[in-house]
Amino acid sequence: MALTGIYAFLFYFAFVVLVGGVGYKIVQYARTPAPLKIPTTPAPTTRSGVVLRMGREVVLFESLFRSNKWIWIFGWLFHAGLFIVLARHLRYFTEPVWWWVDLIQPFGKYGAFAMIIGLVGLWARRLLVDRVRYITAPSDHLMLLLLTAIGVSGALMTFVNHTDIIAVKAFFLGIMGFEFGSMQPLPGDLLLLLHLGMVALLMLIFPFSKLLHAPGVFFSPSRNQVDNPRAEPGLRAHDSRHVAPWAVELETDRKA
Amino acid sequence: MADFETPELDDIPTIPTVKPGTMEHSAPYVAKPVIQAPLGFPGELVDDWETVAVAKLGELSNKYRALRVYLDSCVKCGACTDKCHYYLGTSDPKNMPVARQDLLRKVYRRYYTLAGKWFPKLVGATDMTKEVLDDWYSYYHQCSQCRRCSVFCPYGIDTAEISMAAREIMDAVGKGQKYCNEIIGKVFKIGNNLGLPEPALRDTLEDLEEEVEEECGVPVKFPLDVKGADVLLVTPSADFFAEPHIDGLIGYGKVFHQAGISWTVSSHASEAANFGMFIGSYENMRRVSMRIREAALDLGVKRIVFGECGHAWRVAYSFLNTLAGPFDFLDPNYPVPQHICEVTHDLIQKGVLKFDKSQNDHMVLTYHDSCNVARASRMGSKPGGQFTIPREILKAVCNNYVDMAQDSIHDATYCCGGGGGLLTDDLMELRVRGAKPRMEAVKQVVDAHGVTNMAAICAICKSQFTKVFPYYGYGMDMIVSLHQLVSNAIIMDGAQDGAGDAQETAEDAPQNA
Repeated sequence: MALTGIYAFLFYFAFVVLVGGVGYKIVQYARTPAPLKIPTTPAPTTRSGVVLRMGREVVLFESLFRSNKWIWIFGWLFHAGLFIVLARHLRYFTEPVWWWVDLIQPFGKYGAFAMIIGLVGLWARRLLVDRVRYITAPSDHLMLLLLTAIGVSGALMTFVNHTDIIAVKAFFLGIMGFEFGSMQPLPGDLLLLLHLGMVALLMLIFPFSKLLHAPGVFFSPSRNQVDNPRAEPGLRAHDSRHVAPWAVELETDRKA
Repeated sequence: MADFETPELDDIPTIPTVKPGTMEHSAPYVAKPVIQAPLGFPGELVDDWETVAVAKLGELSNKYRALRVYLDSCVKCGACTDKCHYYLGTSDPKNMPVARQDLLRKVYRRYYTLAGKWFPKLVGATDMTKEVLDDWYSYYHQCSQCRRCSVFCPYGIDTAEISMAAREIMDAVGKGQKYCNEIIGKVFKIGNNLGLPEPALRDTLEDLEEEVEEECGVPVKFPLDVKGADVLLVTPSADFFAEPHIDGLIGYGKVFHQAGISWTVSSHASEAANFGMFIGSYENMRRVSMRIREAALDLGVKRIVFGECGHAWRVAYSFLNTLAGPFDFLDPNYPVPQHICEVTHDLIQKGVLKFDKSQNDHMVLTYHDSCNVARASRMGSKPGGQFTIPREILKAVCNNYVDMAQDSIHDATYCCGGGGGLLTDDLMELRVRGAKPRMEAVKQVVDAHGVTNMAAICAICKSQFTKVFPYYGYGMDMIVSLHQLVSNAIIMDGAQDGAGDAQETAEDAPQNA
């Protein structure tokens, strides 16, 4: 029962840090001015064009595809696998389970393999390609280790050493409903405890690490800005300019 | 200055293995106090500069979203590692975009992130030290801010933004770069990068009028400070005297003359380039830009047109309305500003300009997309106009045109190697090595298609190639201005021989053709 209490506390804490930390960074990014228009051109000239560009970046990793096919294959495989695995895990947090979560179960199970293959490929590049080895810090290896271990421990529970997922689900529904009086016990299965512990650790380091690329990509001015900085015919009013609040203070010498 | 070897060109471009420290010795001359003062920077390293630098980094990351997001978001995936022309030409790993960014990022991490404060070794964070500052000074002056890395980064991380921030921090602690800061000072004092005062500028333009009339028999004017002209032409001051830049200026003059557009140059704003951008200083960039606004108001013009210059066109297209707008006193039928290529292209579309393409038959041409035109600006109304418009002009004025390899043109173009405030003799080794990827692409079309000349629309590209082509065994006059080709082929009303300016082209025929 002590174990259940520790894990319940761990997940409450990790959740608060994850949501609070990432929320803080998102607010910080949103409130930091972008004083000059710096889209990497050729860039869309309309808002909807920018949404499409960003969509292709986030879903297909378009720029990475142009850069390096190996990084793209492994990177995309890992992220696609992670996405489908996360979607599959929704079944442990919802009652009744949503229809589309049921639908993807058979594929979701194999998402773990895509994840692991992707991670191993990326890791191999870090070790084998001298340029990538040069830029790698110890934390980059640890991050790969953590993600791979989460993937492997999860896959083992799905395919080799099943855990009592009914009890796991009862535990999470319990902590999600704040049912402190009737907390459902977490199975004392070592693989499960390891898996959950590492997931909580990942949630904890997310807001303090390079994993911030996830919200960051949406705030990248070179990708999310509309290419319309010039005074085009018919757009001469002051409101067509892009002046940051701090830059307005510099404008005391303006004549006409 | 140390001797260096010109790199061997590879037939198939290859990615070099990392050789740490090969370019550590490369750094530009440091600005003296007298150069720093007019820009509002301390003259020498200030007391407690480490604290000042760290505070400035914090201030900048609060002012520039790009900087903050780019410092946080890099995952070290390696996609950019083989994309920088300086890395490809030098093998120095600190010239890989991610490693160049990390020089700043490791200090940001140390002072502005929990991970860096608690576990510096783990995440690669370091204190602000003299060693770090020296690395910044060397390697942030080995970035031409060409943005090729930002095209290939999955998050669009732009090393130019990081370089600009690093240079601004260095200026703030008193370690400025002589070349850039001296030039900005000249613009504030005299009006252009070369320090050409009004009388010298007037003489130059008058001589040019005589020369052009002698050559083609048409009284093409090169007016200075003419009130009430329709167009204010703002062009890099190199166009007033350097080769081949001046041939481009003659081309602009002929286009305006033939189209009957009245125009003028301003002695107050006789410079298109804005070196304020190279040093990342919004305030200095704004002060330079304001001179153009002042000139336009004083002269009462209706339009502002920029000549051939890459970083200048970035500041003009992307920043001018922000820095010096609104331009509601100009003719609302034209965008502000316009590029000279847009003007010429429009006139070709309308049938106002006619060409005798055979005047350029002694050349087989290719086109070098200048980095900041390609990746930081636009022409016309559609995305990618900066690629199509210059090429359409080229195809209208010459018969022999080939493009270089796809992975070296358009938005994948390689920088000439001299942009971003590096066009100075103290960085010659870097400039020659950085030109290697472009030279390999040129060599391919020279060998396969007999290309004799490369056209460009940037003053820095033209100056840089004039200098570095000979290192690779090509003639310095292999680089030509796009409007020089327009000038060769344009059919002028009332011209002596009625077929353009055959005399001029005969004289201009490149020796290596």
